[in-house]
Amino acid sequence: MKKLIAVITLALMPLTGMASGGGGVQLQKANIDLSNEAAIQRGAKLFVNYCMGCHSAKYVRYKLFTKVGLTEDDIKNNLIFTDDKVGDLMKIAMPEVDAGDWFGAAAPDLTLTARIRHGGADWIYSYLKGFYTDPSRPMGVNNTVFPNVGMPHVLWEMQGVQNPVYKYEVHHDGHTVAEFDTEAAADAYVKEQGEGFRLERVVDRLEMAQQGSLTLAEYDQVSRDLATFLAYISEPMKLERQSMGVWVILFLVVFTVLAYLMKKEWWKDIH
Amino acid sequence: MSFMNWIDERFPATKVWNEHLAQYYAPKNFNFWYFFGSLAMLVLVLQIVTGVWLAMMYKPSAEDAFASVEYIMRDVDYGWLLRYLHSTGASAFFLVVYLHMFRALIYGSHRRPRELLWIIGVIIYVAMMATAFMGYLLPWGQMSYWGAQVIVNLFAAVPFGIGEPLSIWIRGDYVISDATLNRFFALHFLLPFILAALVFIHIVALHKVGSNNPDGIEIKKNKDENGIPKDGIPFHPYYTVKDVVGIGVFLIFFSAIVFFAPDFFGLFLEPPNFEPANPLKTPEHIAPVWYFTPYYAMLRAIPPMLNSQFPGVVVMFGAIIVFFFLPWLDRSPVKSIRYKGLIFKIAVAIFVVTFVMLAWLGMQASTPAKTLLAQIFTALYFAFFLLMPWYSRMDKTKPVPQRVTK
Repeated sequence: MKKLIAVITLALMPLTGMASGGGGVQLQKANIDLSNEAAIQRGAKLFVNYCMGCHSAKYVRYKLFTKVGLTEDDIKNNLIFTDDKVGDLMKIAMPEVDAGDWFGAAAPDLTLTARIRHGGADWIYSYLKGFYTDPSRPMGVNNTVFPNVGMPHVLWEMQGVQNPVYKYEVHHDGHTVAEFDTEAAADAYVKEQGEGFRLERVVDRLEMAQQGSLTLAEYDQVSRDLATFLAYISEPMKLERQSMGVWVILFLVVFTVLAYLMKKEWWKDIH
Repeated sequence: MSFMNWIDERFPATKVWNEHLAQYYAPKNFNFWYFFGSLAMLVLVLQIVTGVWLAMMYKPSAEDAFASVEYIMRDVDYGWLLRYLHSTGASAFFLVVYLHMFRALIYGSHRRPRELLWIIGVIIYVAMMATAFMGYLLPWGQMSYWGAQVIVNLFAAVPFGIGEPLSIWIRGDYVISDATLNRFFALHFLLPFILAALVFIHIVALHKVGSNNPDGIEIKKNKDENGIPKDGIPFHPYYTVKDVVGIGVFLIFFSAIVFFAPDFFGLFLEPPNFEPANPLKTPEHIAPVWYFTPYYAMLRAIPPMLNSQFPGVVVMFGAIIVFFFLPWLDRSPVKSIRYKGLIFKIAVAIFVVTFVMLAWLGMQASTPAKTLLAQIFTALYFAFFLLMPWYSRMDKTKPVPQRVTK
C-alpha cells in the first residue's frame, strides 16, 4: 500500500509544476479587516453616495448595518436618501432595461462582486485605483484591472487624474521576448526579427497628472473602505461562521477522542 | 421485554436488528478503506435533511431562484449554514463514494459472488450524478446555467434525428429556461429518495453475500461449531463503535471546509456562480464541478467526427458504463491487491494518476497540448478496463492465506 501511494505521488509531481504559472494583472493588496466596523460604515457611506446612483446591492437589506454598530436611526439619516424603509433591500430606481439602453449595459449589482472577482477585495481595491486617461474610450478613461470598462471614474475628484506610462512588449509564440520603453525601439526590433513577432502596448505604471482633493494615502483609505464594505456585504456572516467553526471543531475533536476510547475498549478482546 | 414481544409478534424488529446488526458477522480485519460506506450513508442523510430545509425557502423559478438563494444566505436564520452544509455535502458525497469504489477495486469486492452488489453500487453512482447535475442548476448562477446548457446539448448530438427532439424534451424548451429549472428541481427533490431506496437494496445484497475484506477471502468458508465465521465479529457493536470514530474524523475535516473555506478555493462553489444566470452572456470558460471533470475532459478530448460531437458523447458515457463490466474484466485468480502481482499494482497506480489528471484537465481551458494530454489519459483510462482480462491473467499472484491477516 505504501509503495502504491509513493508511485502515485511521484507520478503526480508534474501536476504541481503545471498548476503554478498563469498570468493576469498583478493586484494590489487591500489588506482589509472585516472586523473593522468603522471601515465598513465609511464604506457604506461612500457606496450609497458614489456607487448607488447606478449600482444596486439588491440582496442586502439596509438593516444589515445594525450588525456593524449603526442604529436604525443612523441608517435612516445617513444611508437612505429615498423613502425606503430600514428593512428594505438596497435596490435602485433605474430599471435595468433603461440602463442597458442608455449605457450599453446595465451597471451590475455589486452585492457579490467580492466573490465573483478573482482576488476579491484586492481586485476591487486595485480597480478603484486603476483608472487612467484614455481618449479612445467613450468615458475618457480605461482601467488596468478591467480593460475597456464602460464605467466612468466616479471618484476622480477625490483621486485626481492618472496618466498611463506605456511599455512595449514583443511577443513571439505566446511568450514575451523583449520589452521597450518607446514604440520606435520596439518597432525597429520587430522589423529586425521578421515574421511571427508581434508588438503589444501595455500599461507599465500610472502617473498622477493632476492631484485630486485627497492625498494618495487618503484615496487608498477610500478604496480600502469600499473594498472592505463590498467584501462584507458579499458574505456578511463570514466572521460569525468562522467563530462558530472553532467551537464546532473543538467539540468534534473531544467527541472523536471519546469515540476512539470507546472503540478501543470494545475491541480489546479482538485479535 | 413484553413490549418488544408485542412488537415482534407484529413486526420482525428484533429479527431485523439481529440479522443486519447484532448477528451480522463482518470480517474482523476491516481497515481505513472500510469507513467510506458508512460515511456515504451519513452524507446522504445530511443531504436529504439539509435539502428538505433548503427547499422550504428556495423558489424554483428563473425570476426568483438566485435571489432566493441569497435570501437563504442572508435572511434565514442559519440559512447560510444549511446551504454550505449542502454544497459541501455534494462534494463530500462524491469524494467518499470515489474512495468507496476505489476500495472495491483494490480488494476485488466487485468479484463473484458480489457482482450484483457492485452493479447496484454503480447504479447508485449514476443516480448520484444525475442528482448532482440537476441540483447544480438550482442556484441559477452563470455556471449553473451554462454548465447545464453544455451537458443537455450533448443529448442533441445523438444522430438519426433523435438528438434534437430529445434535448428539447429534456429541457422543456429550446434553451435552458424556467421550464428546465422547474423540472430539475422536482427531480432533484425526488432522486435522493430513490437513492435511499437503492442504498437499502445495496445493503440487502451485501448482507446476502457477506462483506469482502482486505485479504479478499471468504470468511464464511471457516465457521466454528455454532456456524459463526471464525474471522467474523458482530457488526454491532464492533463496527458501529468503529464507524463512529470514522464519522468523528470525517466531520472534523468536513466542518473545517464548511466553516473556514466553504467555496474551497473555487472548487466547491465556483466564483462565476455568484453571478446570476444570463442567457445572453456566455462565460469565457465553462467547466463542471470537480467531480464531473474527468468525464468532461474525455468528452473534449475526442474530436468531432463527420461534423458530429456524438463520438465524444459516446466515449464520455462509455467511461461510466464500463464500470458495470468490471466484475467480469478482472480474471485474476485472487481478489485482493495484497496477493496480486506487480502488473496489477502498476495498472492501479496508472489509473489513479489518469483519473486525477483527467479531473485536472477537465477544469482547464483547452489548449492543443492539454487536448493531447487528455487524449493520452482517455486512452489509458479505457486501457485499464479493456485490457484487464489479459493483464490480470498474466499477473503473477501470491498464495492466499486460509484466514484473514492483520
